[in-house]
Amino acid sequence: MPSHDVLLVGGGGAGLRAAIAVSEVDPNLSVAVVSKVYPMRSHTVSAEGGSAAVIKEGDSLDEHAYDTISGGDWMCDQDAVELFVNEAPGEMLQLEHWGCPWSREPDGRVAVRPFGGMKKERTWFAADKTGFHMLHALFQTSLKYRSIARYDEWFVTRLLVEDGRVQGVVAIELMTGKIQAITAKSVILCTGGCGKVFPFTTNANIKNGDGMALAYRAGVPLKDMEFVQYHPTGLPFTGILITEASRAEGGFLLNKDGYRYLQDYDLGTPQPKPVLRSMELGPRDRLSQAFMKELDKGRTLEGPYGPYVHLDLTHLGKKIIDTKLPFVRELCLKYENIDPVSELIPVRPVVHYMMGGVHTDIQGATPLGGLFAAGEAACVSINGANRLGSNSLTELLVFGARAGQAAAEHALQDKPVSAGIEAQAADEKKRLEREFLHKSGGTEPIAGLRGEMQSIMEKSAGIYRTGTLLEEAQAKVAELKERFRQVAIQDHSHTFNTELTAALELSYMLDVAEAVVECALHRTESRGAHQRIDFPQRDDEGFLAHSLVSHRPDDRPKVEYLPVTITRWPPGERVYGRAAAPAPPG
Amino acid sequence: MKPPVAYRQYHPKWHRTRVSTFWWSRKWSYLKFMLRELSSVFVAFYVVILLLQLHALRGGPDAYQGFQDWLRNPLLVILNGISFLFVLFHAVTWFNLTPKAMAVRLRGKRLPDVLVAAPNYVAWLAVSALVVFLLTRQG
Amino acid sequence: MAETITIEVARYRPEEEGEPALQSYEVPLNKDWVVLDALNHIKDHVDGSLSFRWSCRMGVCGSCGMTVNGEPKLTCATFLSHYAPGPIRVEPLKNFPVVRDLVIEMTDFLEKLQSVKPWIVRKDDPAPAKGEFLQTPEQLDEFKQFSMCINCMICYAACPVYGLDPQFVGPAAIALAQRYNLDSRDQGEQERLDVLSQHEGIWGCTFVGECTEVCPKNVDPAGAIQQYKLAATKDWFKSFLMPWSKQ
Repeated sequence: MPSHDVLLVGGGGAGLRAAIAVSEVDPNLSVAVVSKVYPMRSHTVSAEGGSAAVIKEGDSLDEHAYDTISGGDWMCDQDAVELFVNEAPGEMLQLEHWGCPWSREPDGRVAVRPFGGMKKERTWFAADKTGFHMLHALFQTSLKYRSIARYDEWFVTRLLVEDGRVQGVVAIELMTGKIQAITAKSVILCTGGCGKVFPFTTNANIKNGDGMALAYRAGVPLKDMEFVQYHPTGLPFTGILITEASRAEGGFLLNKDGYRYLQDYDLGTPQPKPVLRSMELGPRDRLSQAFMKELDKGRTLEGPYGPYVHLDLTHLGKKIIDTKLPFVRELCLKYENIDPVSELIPVRPVVHYMMGGVHTDIQGATPLGGLFAAGEAACVSINGANRLGSNSLTELLVFGARAGQAAAEHALQDKPVSAGIEAQAADEKKRLEREFLHKSGGTEPIAGLRGEMQSIMEKSAGIYRTGTLLEEAQAKVAELKERFRQVAIQDHSHTFNTELTAALELSYMLDVAEAVVECALHRTESRGAHQRIDFPQRDDEGFLAHSLVSHRPDDRPKVEYLPVTITRWPPGERVYGRAAAPAPPG
Repeated sequence: MKPPVAYRQYHPKWHRTRVSTFWWSRKWSYLKFMLRELSSVFVAFYVVILLLQLHALRGGPDAYQGFQDWLRNPLLVILNGISFLFVLFHAVTWFNLTPKAMAVRLRGKRLPDVLVAAPNYVAWLAVSALVVFLLTRQG
Repeated sequence: MAETITIEVARYRPEEEGEPALQSYEVPLNKDWVVLDALNHIKDHVDGSLSFRWSCRMGVCGSCGMTVNGEPKLTCATFLSHYAPGPIRVEPLKNFPVVRDLVIEMTDFLEKLQSVKPWIVRKDDPAPAKGEFLQTPEQLDEFKQFSMCINCMICYAACPVYGLDPQFVGPAAIALAQRYNLDSRDQGEQERLDVLSQHEGIWGCTFVGECTEVCPKNVDPAGAIQQYKLAATKDWFKSFLMPWSKQ
């Protein structure tokens, strides 16, 4: 059995940052990065717009914190946010020292751009391929550390838990089909989000909530799973992301009449140039909700893949588009046969990000001993009910590093592997063989179950939700989980069996879908990205609290609440595009 | 032909596709690659000629005359002609490669490839003209 | 019945077969579909055992490189309609061992990437807290193009030198080395040159130029290699003529 001090599940931005952090705590600690894809394939690669950290004069940490907290509709833990904005600049500079090719000012300083929901310009960017450059810089830097061992294309199927602490994982080596236990003193989940639970998403095929489901099954609660972010500008059909930076550089959102409809939804008055925290630079939840209201009014356009509106960049000119948004132009030309220099881009809201995730504290530690989580897979929480664009790339650095350090400290305590671990690993191997590899006669095709799950999630747990629809989804997901027992597996081979991994991913997604629906049903208020038509008001009396959902075998999941940590910013009104009402005395 | 290797559980059995003998005929760039590889034979041939020439030069005027007569052999003329074509081919390859090897920038903007390659050709023409001038003057 | 197109996919199941063979499928000829969508259609609705790698479907993760009608392509950016009326032949990337179906073995590539030391090398090591290394937009522009590589390995599939001699470090890895050499923040050029001036390094390249032709991200690895050759030659002359100049 291979054995390591710290084991990471997932090799994206958070995972690689954590791996480096462990090595820097103690180069003698052995680190394993276990990832179902080669690290540079991880979905961090698709992030476009930028990464926020206060760096310029005239900006302040408090303003970044306030933007984040108000953007999150006061669901963020303010101690976590304060720590986050405080450590953000250091992490970003560290990445600069590791070679990330940040866009620059003429004098050689790092350049920043405006971004949705941010009152000041503080979003660092590498043109519009920020995530790509960050991931490659992290990956290439990680190659320098000898203590980091990689398990590329190993698919984790289970956490090994004994004596109340996690002690490793069971994983399938895709190349050979070997099912292998790998033990470790600390395990960090960095598996990203779960956009593929929904049909239209900017997320890659690999984003199936693996880590969330692994933790959930091990008894660790998931937090704030009802908060699913829709990005207002994805391409119809493919869901390809058209970055928020396109609006930050001055793009307009137009309805079918060519009207900047956001002005009708309390997001400010249209100006020719972008205004921070206003109109197209409002937060993502509000923009996606405005789209739905336009749809209700019949003012959207109709295409073969459903309703859409237009993103207009034509007035920016070729030069700005080519220097600041080259990838947007490339994507439009390649995938839509549209040139944004002269044509309007069709866009619609698409599922983009999971505010919720594995419940952790500000060190990235979960309630289960030795288990940590970071990045989109985790919920610290700094994103609250709605994440601001460009906070997530920074989050994976700040909390990736913190989780890495905490996991390293934990590993240094040196507890031996429990005797029962090997038996547990053997059980898992038998389970995989029984349920998938040796199973025949299944009747439920994977794609069928997945499609049904995605459509019920879009219908019931989308931008607007109701109790009735959520109850329908609750029953449907339970039914799908039951039917999954009869999943049809044609491929019983060992070598690179992607039908097996697709089935396992579907089982993860069904668990995550269950958690999302359960939390959404229990939260009878509207806040940030969670909008209940039957409960349209925010309810700070009842719900200024995080949902914690726990898995119960053979029963409905249990939902509990944990109060939000408020330090300096009492809950207030979210104001965009106009002056705020004076704060109440007190 | 070797019998196929049997699969053993958990041991990958990779397939290595055999490169077809005429793979280079598929594409002009591949064909050029093969021609450049092939040119080494003719370059070697030319080196031998050069060595023989030196040897003849050392042997005095008669030996050198004999060497020159030998060069008139049609086979040698053809071989030398081919060598010359290959050398030309290499020259053009190198000239066109210059803009790749040297990213010349003027006021922050990269010069177009044509502008970097062109001086090579100009210099080539100038040198050739000089050689022609020298040869015709003596003749 | 909507229009369809025939897609011939190379299948190789090492546990059952000794040799790869083509298998034909009929898929809808949807004008919005790329080759990858057709493969997913087959996997989801016709034959679940078909294996291939893919992830982002937006041309940036680098997973889905395959050979389409003989040419190495990112299948997420290759439209079916381009090949109508078909058939379309989809095979694994050339020049790599095939693991199964359309999946190739790529650990060799990863080792090569690592061998060129693709990270910032500094003699001093100033703390990040002291602020960023200054780098003007012009200095950024020097290496930016070479930093755009998505490691899709399409250039390796197009490179006959790599095909004939798998020891060759290859286009993407050399371009990455040059990316760091040209970065004004880096001081590791000499270390990398020691690796790349060997026979299997830059000198293996005879300027076929196909790597640059096929690159989906306009990285121009061929250019990087030629720049490197020039630098290596200068270095060699310097150390030959002025042996005392080398530390």
